Amino acid sequence: MSVVHVDQVTKRFGRLTALQEIDLSIEEGEFISLIGPSGCGKSTLLRVMGDLTDTTEGKVIVNGKPARQARIDRDYGIVFQDATLYDWRTVSKNISLPLELARWDRKRRAARVQEMLELVELDGFQDNYPWQLSGGMQQRVSIARALSFDPALLLMDEPFGALDEMTRERLNMELLRIWEHSGSTVVFVTHSIAEAVFLSTRVVVMSPRPGRISSVVQIDLPQPRTAATREEPRFFELVTEVREALHLGADEPGRERTEATA
Amino acid sequence: MSAIAVERPGERRAQTVLRATGRVALFFVVLAALWALWEGYRALWIHEGWTRPFVVDSSTMPHVHDIFRALWRHSSSGTGGRLITQLLKAAAFTAKEAAVGFALGASVGFVLGVLLSQSRILQRGLLPYVVASQTVPILAVAPIVVVYLGTLHVAAWFSVAVIAAYLTFFPVAINTLRGMHSADRRALELMRSYAASRWEVIWKLRVPSALPYIFAALKVSATASVVGAIIGELPSSIQDGLGGKIIVFNQYYSLDPTQLWATNLIAALLGIAFFLVILLAEKIVVRRAPENLV
Ligand SMILES: Nc1ncnc2c1ncn2[C@@H]1O[C@H](COP(=O)(O)OP(=O)(O)O)[C@@H](O)[C@H]1O
Ligand SMILES: [Mg+2]
Repeated sequence: MSVVHVDQVTKRFGRLTALQEIDLSIEEGEFISLIGPSGCGKSTLLRVMGDLTDTTEGKVIVNGKPARQARIDRDYGIVFQDATLYDWRTVSKNISLPLELARWDRKRRAARVQEMLELVELDGFQDNYPWQLSGGMQQRVSIARALSFDPALLLMDEPFGALDEMTRERLNMELLRIWEHSGSTVVFVTHSIAEAVFLSTRVVVMSPRPGRISSVVQIDLPQPRTAATREEPRFFELVTEVREALHLGADEPGRERTEATA
Repeated sequence: MSAIAVERPGERRAQTVLRATGRVALFFVVLAALWALWEGYRALWIHEGWTRPFVVDSSTMPHVHDIFRALWRHSSSGTGGRLITQLLKAAAFTAKEAAVGFALGASVGFVLGVLLSQSRILQRGLLPYVVASQTVPILAVAPIVVVYLGTLHVAAWFSVAVIAAYLTFFPVAINTLRGMHSADRRALELMRSYAASRWEVIWKLRVPSALPYIFAALKVSATASVVGAIIGELPSSIQDGLGGKIIVFNQYYSLDPTQLWATNLIAALLGIAFFLVILLAEKIVVRRAPENLV
């Protein structure tokens, strides 16, 4: 059974077609990246999966039920580009927010928060307020919060987009470690081709106006990925493949191709 | 791993002390400047014999030290005791009315703001009346409240508290409403992703987001409640508060203006005290990144 099944989904905002007849099945344990130029509907597709917005046509099945029911059953955790932490809550209080809403008792919450702090290597910062942390640390809190209640699915919308390259690469490694550890399925939106290739088991390439899936690239790099993965010839081949797929789907193939081969 | 440093506590404490000392120093500098301005203006106008905007003499602008001296004199108005003792007693009485009125008004304002934020229909239907309520002058409302509550055998001081509440609730209601809408869009989506109920969204997100707005209103309302209590005492002919003192010393003004000025001084200090209490509460309650404070 697939964790996410998107079936002929179209989403329109007035006259703008943000998604057109999208079909996508995501299997358990996959790490899927959505990549494409800005405005091609990546966020919209992610939000449709999380029932944060409804579809105009078509349906989305998550964990074998309609996306709405999956949301109500708290089947997924979500991470946005900005960490979206609550200013008035300490780090540990932020992580335990979904647990409070799920009516976990205090003791169980405390134990889980401690576990999550260790997982994202923030032990010792539990009593700090979000604004006292760096951007990278804030995003780790946000990931810990999304994973705290063990969701089957993790939705991430450019979670590292606002971070510097060094922090981003370190968090990529951490995310992979967490993914292996938790066994959850990840849908990851990114702008970065290298990031998509490095992290994913499959890269879904989208093109704009209207938002469509233009191709899917299977990433056959061995698991687990390490720093050395980024230096393998196969890594570069796949990066090239994704780049070409992106440019094929783009508006002006002539100009884009020259760039791609340069 | 920690690219950023969380400030060291010792350093922070030293900074806090330094800042506090600076503030106290500034306070006294401003106080001295105001004093100098008052006396300077007075001296200049008397010396030059200027009559605009008003004639300056010992009855329109008494010496500041005369006002303070008046506080230690035995009062000319019957009841005996030093003026300061009388005024402090009166201030305590007015403070009770204002505090109860403030608590009442702030609660009503908060609940009203939350309610209005939850229903567009309610907002459309009620908001015009809430606004209209504030266009009616308090001096017209006060006697009605006093007479009406009097027939219900409510203690007179409580009628005054209700009048103070009338001045208090409005800014709190309006700012609560605004604050409830100030919650971050992503933060709201996050709540939706957790399938949070309406109540949970209110208590765990919207109200905390609104707190800086609510405290901005509470600071206004705190001083307004003192003004409301003083004004409320006038039509209810309560003698025990600052309003009563103002009436009495008003009659003695041409004889001894310093007593009324001294009363004003105490009233102002009471208002400032109310303000400071709210400021302190805000410091304790509102946890926000420095740049996100309103
Ligand atoms: N709530 C909305 N109302 C109107 N248009 C929207 C809304 N959300 C997204 N869009 C439009 O839909 C298109 C896809 O947006 P989005 O999914 O955010 O793209 P991406 O995340 O790939 O950059 C864009 O043209 C965007 O302007
Ligand atoms: Mg986006």
